[in-house]
Amino acid sequence: MLTVLLAIGILVLLSLIFGAILGYANVRFHVEGDPIVDQIDALLPQTQCGQCGHPGCRPYAEAIANGEAINHCPPGGQATIQALADLLDVEAIPLDGDHGTETAKRVAVIREDECIGCTKCIQACPVDAILGAAKQMHTVIADECTGCDLCVEPCPVDCIDMVEVGVTAKTWSWDKPQGIAATSLNIIATDRQTEVAH
Amino acid sequence: MQAAKIFSFHGGIHPAENKAQSLQLPLGRPSLPSELILPLGQHIGQSSRPLVKVGDKVLKGETIAINNGFLSSFLHAPTSGTITAIEERLIAHPSGLSDLCIIISPDGHDTWTTLEPLHHWQDISKTDVLAYLSEMGIIGMGGAGFPTQVKLQGAYKNPLTHFIINAAECEPYITADDMLIREKTLELVLGIEILQHLVQADHVVIGIEDNKPTAIAALQAVLGKRNSKIQIAVVPTKYPSGGEKQLIQLLTGKEVPSGQYPADIGILCQNVGTCVAVHDAITFGKPLISRFTTLTGDALKAPQNVEVLLGTPVAHLLDYAESEPKKLNRLIMGGPMMGYTLNSAAVPIVKTSNCILAASKKELPPPAPEQACIRCGMCEQACPASLLPQQLLWFSKSQEFEKAEHHNLFDCIECGACSYVCPSSIPLVQYYRHTKSSIREAREATVKSDLAKQRFEARKARQDAEAAEKEAKRLARQKATPSKAAEEKKAAPANAAAPLAAAPATTDESKKLKVDIAIGKSKLKKLQKQLLEAQENEHVEEISNLQLQVTEQEKAVALLEEQLAKTVEAAPIAAEANATKPAPAPVNDELKKAKVDVALIGVKLKKLQKQLADTPDDQELKDKITTFEADLKTAQDTVSKLSDSTQTTMSASTTEPKTAISDELKKLKIDAAIAKAAVKKVEKALKKAEEIQAPEINAIRQQLKEAQQRADELENALANPATTTTKTETIAEVAPNSVDADAAKKRKIDLAIAKAGVKKAEKNIQLLKEQGKDESEIEASEWPKKLIEAQEKLAALEAEESTPVTTSVATHVEGTTEAIAKSQAKAEPEMDLANQIKKEKIAVALAKAQINKLNKRLESAPEDADSINQEITSTEQRLQSAEALLEKLIHSQTNLQENR
Repeated sequence: MLTVLLAIGILVLLSLIFGAILGYANVRFHVEGDPIVDQIDALLPQTQCGQCGHPGCRPYAEAIANGEAINHCPPGGQATIQALADLLDVEAIPLDGDHGTETAKRVAVIREDECIGCTKCIQACPVDAILGAAKQMHTVIADECTGCDLCVEPCPVDCIDMVEVGVTAKTWSWDKPQGIAATSLNIIATDRQTEVAH
Repeated sequence: MQAAKIFSFHGGIHPAENKAQSLQLPLGRPSLPSELILPLGQHIGQSSRPLVKVGDKVLKGETIAINNGFLSSFLHAPTSGTITAIEERLIAHPSGLSDLCIIISPDGHDTWTTLEPLHHWQDISKTDVLAYLSEMGIIGMGGAGFPTQVKLQGAYKNPLTHFIINAAECEPYITADDMLIREKTLELVLGIEILQHLVQADHVVIGIEDNKPTAIAALQAVLGKRNSKIQIAVVPTKYPSGGEKQLIQLLTGKEVPSGQYPADIGILCQNVGTCVAVHDAITFGKPLISRFTTLTGDALKAPQNVEVLLGTPVAHLLDYAESEPKKLNRLIMGGPMMGYTLNSAAVPIVKTSNCILAASKKELPPPAPEQACIRCGMCEQACPASLLPQQLLWFSKSQEFEKAEHHNLFDCIECGACSYVCPSSIPLVQYYRHTKSSIREAREATVKSDLAKQRFEARKARQDAEAAEKEAKRLARQKATPSKAAEEKKAAPANAAAPLAAAPATTDESKKLKVDIAIGKSKLKKLQKQLLEAQENEHVEEISNLQLQVTEQEKAVALLEEQLAKTVEAAPIAAEANATKPAPAPVNDELKKAKVDVALIGVKLKKLQKQLADTPDDQELKDKITTFEADLKTAQDTVSKLSDSTQTTMSASTTEPKTAISDELKKLKIDAAIAKAAVKKVEKALKKAEEIQAPEINAIRQQLKEAQQRADELENALANPATTTTKTETIAEVAPNSVDADAAKKRKIDLAIAKAGVKKAEKNIQLLKEQGKDESEIEASEWPKKLIEAQEKLAALEAEESTPVTTSVATHVEGTTEAIAKSQAKAEPEMDLANQIKKEKIAVALAKAQINKLNKRLESAPEDADSINQEITSTEQRLQSAEALLEKLIHSQTNLQENR
C-alpha cells in the first residue's frame, strides 16, 4: 500500500515540476504575432497586384491563415500554390481561373512620347516604380516593376504596355533533364531477345 | 628550384586523354577573318560599355569598351578596322542565346595603336599596376573569366602562403596551356614574377600534370637559368586536378572551406594564360586581344593549337583546321567533360575559350538513355569535392532545394566525374546545374519580392502618414468650430443661469439645439470651403451644386437658431414670472436674438446678391432680395426697439432703492458694450449696403447714427457714476427721445423703401429698353406707372422727413460720434471691399469658364449653334458687367488706399 502511495506521490510531484517548467517556458518563450501569416507572406510573390481580391499580398496571407483558398494568386502560379500547400500541409489545387491566369514575368513599359504626364499611373503603382511629375513624361523603373498590371487601366491615353521579360544569357538557366525514359528501353540483352522471339 | 611535396584529393577519374592529336602540328596562326565579333560580356560580372560607335575606325589594341562597375573589364580591338555594328549576335554560351557584340570589319593592315608599356611596374604602387591590368582587359583565362585585378585585390585580404600557377590542364583533348608553356616559357616565368611582386606570397608553385613532359622540361630549363625560387610541382594525371580547389589540395594539402575562396586561406591561383597576358600587358603594353586555343576532334583533318584573335568566328577556325562537315557530329566549346555544345559555328572565340572540339559521332556518341539510380555509390567515389552525388540527385529530382543546399550543392564544381562513372548513365551534372540555377532564380525572386514588399510598405506608411496628417488638420479645424459653439453654450446657460432654475426643460432643449447648430455650422463651413475651392478651380458644375447645398445648410442653421432663440426667449419669460430682478437679462437675450436675426438675414441677403451678380436677369432672385431686405429692416427695427426697451427698463429701475444702484451701474456698462456692438454691426451693414449699392443705405445710416447716439449716452452715463440720480434722470429723459427716434426711423425706412421702389422701377424700364422692346410695350407694362407712384410716395416721405427728424434726435448727435464712426469706418470698408473684389473676380472667372464651356459645346454640337450663341452673348454681357463692377471696386479700393 505504501509503495502505491509512494509511486503516486512521486508521479504527482514529477507532473507538478514538469508542469511548472512548461508553464514557465510558455511565458518565457512566447511568440508575439502570428508567425504563420509571416511565413505565408514570405511565399507570396509580393506583386501587390490585388488579383486575389485583397489589397496586397499580406492581406491575402492573413486571409489564407484564416482559411481562404491558396489558389488565388496568378502571379505566383502553381509554384506558389505548391509552396503554400507544403507549408500549410493541404492539398495543392490548380490555380483558380476566376482570379486570372498565370503569365510569364512581365514589366510595364510606358510609350514615352505618348505620355501626357497625368500621374495617374504613379498613383496606381503599389511599389512606387513609376517615376515622373505632373505634365512631365513618366517612366517605369523596370527593376522595381512587379508586373502587376495596375497602372495599365488608369492610363487615359493607353500608353502603357506590359512587356514580357525575355531570357538573356545572364538570366538563362539550365533545363531539367528529361529523366528516366517512360518507354521500355531494351537495354538488357535478354529483353531484346524476348522481343525478337515475339 | 626544388621539388614540391604532393598531396592528394578525394575521387577523380582517368578518362582517355586524347591530347596527342592536337600536338602533332606546331602552333598555328589563322588568317584574319572577314569580321570579328566581340561580345561585351566575356567575363564574369557586368558587361562592358562600348566606347565606340558604328563607323568608327579603330587600331589594333585600341580600347573599344570600358568597364561597367567593379566586377567588369575592358575590351580592345584585336585588329585594325572599322566598327560595322554594335548588335545582338549569337555568343558562346550553353543557352545558345544572343548578346550585345561589337562587330569589327578588319582592314587587313593590322596596324597597332601606340602601346604604352608599364616599364616601372616595380617602382609604382600596386594599386596602379592593378588598375593598369584592368585597363588591359585581363581576366582569368582558365575558364571562369574572373577579372584578374579583382582576384588580386581579394588576395590582399590575407597574407599569402602560396601562389599557385595552374598548368595542370587536366581535361581531355585540351593542350592549349601545354602549347603556351612550350611556346612562351620565358614570358610565363616573367609574368609569374610580376604577379609574385604584386602579391608577395611565401611560396610560388607551378602545378603541372605529369603528362606534359616537354612543357615541364622547358619550364625547368628557364627556371634553372634564372635561378628562380619558383617551384614546379608535377602532379599525377587525374581528372580534375586542374580544378582550382583540387590543385590547391594537391599542392598544399589544404581544403578550401565550403562557400569560401582560396584567398580566405591565404592561397592565390592563376592560370598560365593569365600570367602570360599580364607579362605582355606590362612589358609590351599589349592588351588581351588574342589567346591560345586548341582545335581538335576527329572531324578536323589538321587538329592543332592556334594563337587566335578574340572575336574570330568558330567557323573560320574550323575552315583553318580543315574540318570535314560529314564527320562533324557535335561541336563543343571547351573539353568533353565540362564544355557545352555549340548550336552554331558563327559564335566567336572569347577570352575564356580554350578549346573547340569538333567531334565525330563515333568519338562522342550521344548520351545513353538515363536509367534509374541503383545506389551503387560510384559517383560518391568519383566526386572530387567529397559530395554525395546520389543524395543531391534525389533532392534535385524532387525539387527539395533546401536539402540540396544543405548537402553543399554549391560546392559542386560540375566536373562531370559522377556522370562519367554512373552505370545508369544519369546526367547528374545537368541535374545539379538545373537545381543550382533554380535556386539562384528563387533567391533573386526573393530579393525582388522583398524589395517590392519593402517599397509597398514604405508607400503604405507614407499614405497612412498623409491621411493621418489630413485627419489631424480636419480635427483641428473641427475643434476650432465646436469650441466656439461650446463657448456659446457656456455663455448662454450662464446668461440664463438664474432663470434656469425655473425652467430646466427649456435649457435641455436649447442645449440640444445648440449642438445641432454647431454641427450644422461645421457642415456649412465645410461646404463653403469646398465651394471656394471649386470657384478657385473653376469647376462650374460643382459650383452650382455646392451653392445649392450651402443655401440649404444655411437655411437649416437659421431655422435651428431661430428655434434656439425661441427657447431662450421662453426661459426668461418663465423666469420673469418668478423674479423681476433679472428682467434686463431676458431683454438682453431677446436683443441678442434679434441681432442674430439681423446678421442672418444680412448673410442671406449677401448670398442672394452674389447670386444676382452671377445671373442679373433672374427676376425671382431680385424679388427674393427685396423680401430679404424688408426682413432685414424689420429685424433691425427689433434690435433698436429692444435696445430702447433695455434703456427703458433701466430707467424704470431707478425707482428702486439706491442699493440697486451698483447693480444698475453694471447693467449700464453691459448695455453700453452692447450698444457699441450694435453700432459696429450697423456700420458693417452700412458698408455692405454701400458696396452693393443697396437702396436701404440711408436707413442703415440712420440706424448707425442712432446706435452711436445710444452708445454715447450710455458712455456718458457711465462717465458720471457718482451722480447716479441725475444720470437716471437723463436716461429717463432719453427714453422719450428714443421713442421719438423710433418714429423717425420708421419714416426713414419708409423713405428708403420708396426710394428702392423708384430705383427698381427705373431699372426694370431700363432692362426692357435694353431688350429692345418698343416704347409702347414699355408703356403697356406696369412699370412706368409704378415708377410714378413710387416717385410720388418718395417725394411725400421726403417732405415729411425734412421737418421732424432733425429736431430732437439730431441735436443729441454730436460731432464726436461722427468722428468715431469715421475712424471706425476707415478700417472696415477696406476689408469688405477686398472681399467684394474677390467675389467679383470669382464671378468674372465663372463667367469666363462658362463661355469656355459654351464654346466647347458649340464645337461638339454645331446643330445647337443658335441657342448656344445666344447663351454665349448673354454670358459675355454678364462677364462685361462683372468686369466693369470689378474695375470700379478696384478703383475705389485704390482710392481708399490713396486717401489713407
